[in-house]
Amino acid sequence: MTTAARDDRQATGRRKLWGHQNRTLWFWVFVGPFVLGLGIFTYIPLGWSVYLSFFDAHNTVTPSDFVGFGNYTAMLQNEAFTDSLWTFLVFSLFIVPATYALSLALALMVHRQRRAQAFFRSVFFLPAACSYVVAALIWKMSIFNGVRFGLANTVLGWFGGDQIAWLSTTDPPWYWAVIVTVRLWLQAGFYMVLFLAGLQRISPTLYEAAAVDGARPGWQVFRHITFPQLKATSVAVVLLLVINAFQAFDEFYNLLSDSRGYPPYARPPLVYLYYTALGQGQNLGLGSAGAVLLALIIAVVTVGQAKWFGLGKKEAE
Amino acid sequence: MTISRRGLLGASAALGLLSACGSNTGRDDGGSGDGPKLSQWYHQYGEQGTEQAVKKYAAAYKKANVTVQWRPGNYDEQTAAALLTDSGPDVFEANGPSLDQIQGKQVADLTELFDGVKDDFNPAVLAPKTYDGRIWGIPQVIDMQMLYYRKSLLADAGVQPPKTLDELVDAAKKLTTKKTKGLFLGNDGGAGVLGGTPLHAAGLELVTADGKVGFDDPAAARALGKIHQLYADKSLLLGAPADWSDPSAFVQGLTAMQWSGLWALPTVQKELGDDFGVLPFPKDGAAGKPSVPVGAYAAAVSTRSKHQQAGKDFLKWLWIDSTERQEDFALAYGFHIPARISLAKKAEKLRKGAAADAVRYTTEYGHAEPLLWTPASRSAYQDALSRIIKDGANPDDELKKVVRKVSAELGRVKKTS
Repeated sequence: MTTAARDDRQATGRRKLWGHQNRTLWFWVFVGPFVLGLGIFTYIPLGWSVYLSFFDAHNTVTPSDFVGFGNYTAMLQNEAFTDSLWTFLVFSLFIVPATYALSLALALMVHRQRRAQAFFRSVFFLPAACSYVVAALIWKMSIFNGVRFGLANTVLGWFGGDQIAWLSTTDPPWYWAVIVTVRLWLQAGFYMVLFLAGLQRISPTLYEAAAVDGARPGWQVFRHITFPQLKATSVAVVLLLVINAFQAFDEFYNLLSDSRGYPPYARPPLVYLYYTALGQGQNLGLGSAGAVLLALIIAVVTVGQAKWFGLGKKEAE
Repeated sequence: MTISRRGLLGASAALGLLSACGSNTGRDDGGSGDGPKLSQWYHQYGEQGTEQAVKKYAAAYKKANVTVQWRPGNYDEQTAAALLTDSGPDVFEANGPSLDQIQGKQVADLTELFDGVKDDFNPAVLAPKTYDGRIWGIPQVIDMQMLYYRKSLLADAGVQPPKTLDELVDAAKKLTTKKTKGLFLGNDGGAGVLGGTPLHAAGLELVTADGKVGFDDPAAARALGKIHQLYADKSLLLGAPADWSDPSAFVQGLTAMQWSGLWALPTVQKELGDDFGVLPFPKDGAAGKPSVPVGAYAAAVSTRSKHQQAGKDFLKWLWIDSTERQEDFALAYGFHIPARISLAKKAEKLRKGAAADAVRYTTEYGHAEPLLWTPASRSAYQDALSRIIKDGANPDDELKKVVRKVSAELGRVKKTS
C-alpha cells in the first residue's frame, strides 16, 4: 500500500469519527459547557434577581414576603439612587466624548507616524493592560493625595499654589479631575487601536481622488474623507464607551471609598447598589429592584443609541 | 510540541476536576483536634503575630478540628454574603452581629454560654450583642477611639487641650500652618468615623432606650454645624495617604491633632515618646458630655453550620474559659482593652500614662452604636453628615431627612421582631 493510500484511509477514518455525520454532537461538546456556564452563572442569577426584586429580602435569597412593586417604588423615590443616576450622567457626558476625541487624536497621530509606529502604538496601548484597581490606588495615593508630597500638589507648590485635597473637596469638585484622568489614561489606548484598525481600512484611492479634486490635506481631508469613513468604528466605539461608563465601579470605589463607607458625591449606580445589596445593608430585594431598573435604563439607552446611529440598518436593507 | 484536540479535551477535564477539588470552604484543610471539623473566620488584623496567635489557639483545642481562615478585604461584606450560603464559616468574628442577621436567624443564640460570667463582660459592648434578652455574640476585645494631640505643637501655639467643641474648633484653627493642619478626622472630613460621637457630645443619642430617634433636637444641628466650621476654616487635614485609623499623619507632623484608635497608641508612643496626650471627643453645650465611641468584634456561630453545638463549645472554651488567651489576644500583639472587666483591670500595660487615660475615658464616656442603628440608618446619616461638613448644607434640613429615614427603619425592624 502506498503512503498516499494509507493517508487517504486514515483521513476517511477520522472523518467518520469527527466528521459531518455527528455535527450536532460535536457542536454541543464544544459549546455545551459554555452554555451551561452562562445559564448557571448568568441567566439563573439574573432571573432570581428579578424574582427577588418583588420580595422583602433582607439577609436572604429565599424570601417569603411578597411586596409587588414596592421595592421599585422605594428605589425610584430614593434620593441616593436617583443622585447616583445623575452622577453617571455627568460622568458619561464627559468621559464618552473626551475618550472618543483623545483616542481618535492618538490614532491619527500614530497612523501618520512613519518611524517607530509600533513603539508608539504599544506605549499608548500599555495602560489598557493595567488593572483599574491598581491605577486608582496610584492616582489616589501617589499623584492626587491631598498632602504636600503628592505629585500634583508638589507641582502646584513649584508655582506657589496651595495644596488641594483632590478627592475630599466638593467645591470645586476636584475629584472629577482624578476620576476622569485615570479612566482616560486606562482606556484611550484601547480605543486608539480600534480607530487605527478603522483608519487602515480606508482605501488610499479615496485620498488620491480627494487630492485630485483639490482637497487640502489636514482638516478638510479629515472632515470629508477620514471622519465619514470611520463611521462604523465610531458607532462601535461610542456604544462601548457608554456601556463601559454604565459599568463604572472599580476606579470610583477604590478612589473614594474607605472602611466606613462612601461619600454621597460621585457615587455611580453600581457602587450604590453594591452597598445596598452586597454590603452590610444586605437588602437583596431593594438591590435587585435597582439592578433591574439599571438594566432597563442601559437597554433603553443602548437601543436608542443604536437606532440613532442607524446601526444594523444597512444589513437589514 | 503539538497538542491534539483529544489531548486538549483530556487536559481540560483534568483541570476541571482539579479546580473542583480546590473549591475551598475552609472546612477540610488542616486543624489538629479529633472531633468535628470547624471553620473559623477572622478579619485581617493589622498587628503582627495575631494570625499566628489565633491559629495557635485553634490548634490547642482538642475537641474539634478547627481551621482558621484569615480573610483580608471587605470582611463584613464577605461574612454577610457567606452567611447566605452553606459554604460559609461555622464560627466567625462578626462586626456585630447586625440586627438583620439576628432577626434573619443567621446567628445562633449564645446566652447559655454566659452563665455566671455575664457581669464580667463590659456592658458597653455586651449591650449591642444583646437582643430580646438573648446574647448573639461574645465580645472579644474592646476598641475605642480618641483624640491624640501633640503637646509641643499646642504649647508653641499657646493652645490648651480642648475640653469643649468650641475650643476644639478654635484650637484647630490656631494650630493650622502652611505645613501642618490643626486636626485630622479622616480623609472624608469625619463623616465616616465620627458617626454618633458629636451627637453624644451634645448630650443626645442615635437611638433612645425605648427605640426612638435620639437626635431630633436642635442641639444635634448645632454640634454638626461646628464640624462644618472646622472644614470651612480649612483646619482639617484632608487627602492624607493613610486614613484616620493609621497614626502616620500624626507622627509625620501633617496634623497637630488626630482622631484615631487605641490600637495606634504603641506606634504613637514609639515615634513621639511623651510628646502627646489623649482626650475624649469634647462636649458641646450645657447638656453635653465628653464622648468616646467603643466597639467590639464578637465571636458568633452560624446557624447554617452542621456543628452548631461544637461551635458553641469551642467559642465557650476560647472566649469565656481561656482568660489567659483572651488577655494574650488583646495585649500581646496589638493594643486593645480586654472585653472582660476582670482582665482589663489586671492588665499591666493599661495601668499608666495615655493607656490608663484611654481606659478611664472608655469607662466614663464610652458608648457603642446601638443594635437598632441599622446599616441603612447609618448610611443615610453619613451622607447627611458629609453634605453638612463639605457642602455646608443646612444641618436642620439634612437632619430632618435623616430622622424620617431612621424612623422608617426603626419601624421596619420593630415590625420584623
